[in-house]
Amino acid sequence: MLMRLFDLRMIIGVLFSVYGVILTITGALDGSAEIAKGQGVRINLWTGLVMLVIGAIFIVWDVTRPEKVEEAMTDSATTE
Amino acid sequence: MHALAASHLRLSVNGLDYVILALYFLVVLGIGLASRTRVKTALDFFVAGRSMPAWVTGLAFVSANLGATEVIGQAANGAEYGTMTVHYYWVGAIPAMVFLAIFMMPFYYGSKVRSVPEFLGRRYDGQTQLLNAILFAIAQLLIAGINLYALAIVVQAMLGWPQWLSIVVAGAFVLFYITLGGLESAIYNEVLQFFVIVVALIPVVLLSLKKVGGWSAMKAKIDASVLGNPGLHAWRNTGFGSHNPMDASWLSIVLGLGFVLSFGYWTTNFAEIQRALSAKNMSAARRTPVIAAYPKVFLPLITVLPGMLALVLVPGLGTSFQYNDAIPLLIRDVLPNGVLGLALTGLLASFMAGMAANVSSFNTVMTTDIWEPFVRPGRSDEYYVRWGRVWTVVGVLAGIGTAFLASTFSNLMNYMQTLFGFFNAPVFATFLIGLMWRKMSGKGAFWGLLCGVLGAVLVYVLSLRHVIDLGSSLNVSFIVAAIGFAVDIVVSVLVSLVTRPIDASRLPGLIWGTNPDPGSAALSRAGRQSTIVLGIGVMLIAAILYIFVF
Repeated sequence: MLMRLFDLRMIIGVLFSVYGVILTITGALDGSAEIAKGQGVRINLWTGLVMLVIGAIFIVWDVTRPEKVEEAMTDSATTE
Repeated sequence: MHALAASHLRLSVNGLDYVILALYFLVVLGIGLASRTRVKTALDFFVAGRSMPAWVTGLAFVSANLGATEVIGQAANGAEYGTMTVHYYWVGAIPAMVFLAIFMMPFYYGSKVRSVPEFLGRRYDGQTQLLNAILFAIAQLLIAGINLYALAIVVQAMLGWPQWLSIVVAGAFVLFYITLGGLESAIYNEVLQFFVIVVALIPVVLLSLKKVGGWSAMKAKIDASVLGNPGLHAWRNTGFGSHNPMDASWLSIVLGLGFVLSFGYWTTNFAEIQRALSAKNMSAARRTPVIAAYPKVFLPLITVLPGMLALVLVPGLGTSFQYNDAIPLLIRDVLPNGVLGLALTGLLASFMAGMAANVSSFNTVMTTDIWEPFVRPGRSDEYYVRWGRVWTVVGVLAGIGTAFLASTFSNLMNYMQTLFGFFNAPVFATFLIGLMWRKMSGKGAFWGLLCGVLGAVLVYVLSLRHVIDLGSSLNVSFIVAAIGFAVDIVVSVLVSLVTRPIDASRLPGLIWGTNPDPGSAALSRAGRQSTIVLGIGVMLIAAILYIFVF
């Protein structure tokens, strides 16, 4: 378990951040047709910003509370 | 699943939407590749090394159930039956999930089995294990194919791809990431899918709600629709003799949906329980179903609600368009490019995760419950990992075959899927008596299960052939499942009374009143308390939500 190369929280965090950036930029550039289709809401912009926040939360969670190695070792010891 | 008329659902996707879709699929492949380096033993492949934290297993648990039938199907139910569809969640899922967490998970996890049939094998005998394993494996192959076919229909309608192309492409993705990474890969993708589908569907709901003119405008329009006022209430019109969209009384909702069908499904369906078995300790395993119950209780907001919105927003839904089109039609109407790609990604992710859950539970049951005990016992660990991968390939190929079959005989497939839904009720009965009654014997379990299943099949076929009339389709499922449950109990008890009981020394840890996990009694006590508190909490939420839609 020391070989833990990646963590699910980081994957979700990065994917959501990337989506967030793409949608935020798209939303900022959206013309009247897109806004009209979205019932007068810049839906790409808002969804993008929300996804950026969610992405950031996952990344911060992963960085501040990385999976404890000791815990993983005790667990695998008890499950054997 | 019915074939959608192709053209009216066609989305105006552009490069941006495809970029969003492609990014997701790249991550799916990445997870498969990364998990591969961690799969060293059979335990890694089949139960993800029992290493997962509770929030991951909990979300995977709910996500494994958030496949085609859930998103598309519950929206269709929302449009057809209105508010009453919430019964599938608040009565038909939450109590059973809490029961599983508090009363059954300690035995599943504590006995260190890798599958549900293996538990039956421990408690009873190999015969019962094999019967349950075969029934389960066949059902999973069929459901995997139906999931795949449902995906192909939606992709064809929305993107214009031919059905065979999406069946093969989606099958190949699932094959890739499960063959490489096993259960861990499936679980990681399920959790990711959960967040993507939730974030993708919320804009659809909010914009549709704005389009219709807000909450009270929606209620007024449903009141004036074909559903009428009964479409706005969950319980008000369920007294005997009164009319409601589901044609179901409160008794059949509580006993049929809330007990027989729901407890049968949630407490014995290995495709979900496998997620909890991969938890890192007893406490996490126990909390898995209750953690899953929290998102589950709110899912109607992104499944049932859009169905009801589509009913009043899309003229001709239910007549010129099928109810199954509800969510795709809303996506077409309110989402501009960008979030459109995200919604498409969410839908495809959900279809794939549904199939992946079928395949990853199929490969486990085939290997640990059929191949290892009955065909090639006593081989090395690597041998069984290799066979786990072989069964994954077989499962995906068979799923693809079933999908093509479903495209030709879609009605037959629907009947089969309904039928397999009834198999859970007898399995639940066999479990329940086994946990409660020491004298339940191996022969009793086997014959009870077999007769329960055959009884359910017989009654269902008779009602399909109109030999007997059981009323509305909800009543049919209730009665058929109840018969399976009752026949199982009667036969099990009768046979157990005249056959030799299981050697008592084997039973500790497998029946109520014994310690399921002697190795870590303190740990399991801690998990028990938080599970009960969380469980009561989610039941209260469901009850409060009911007040609003009474």
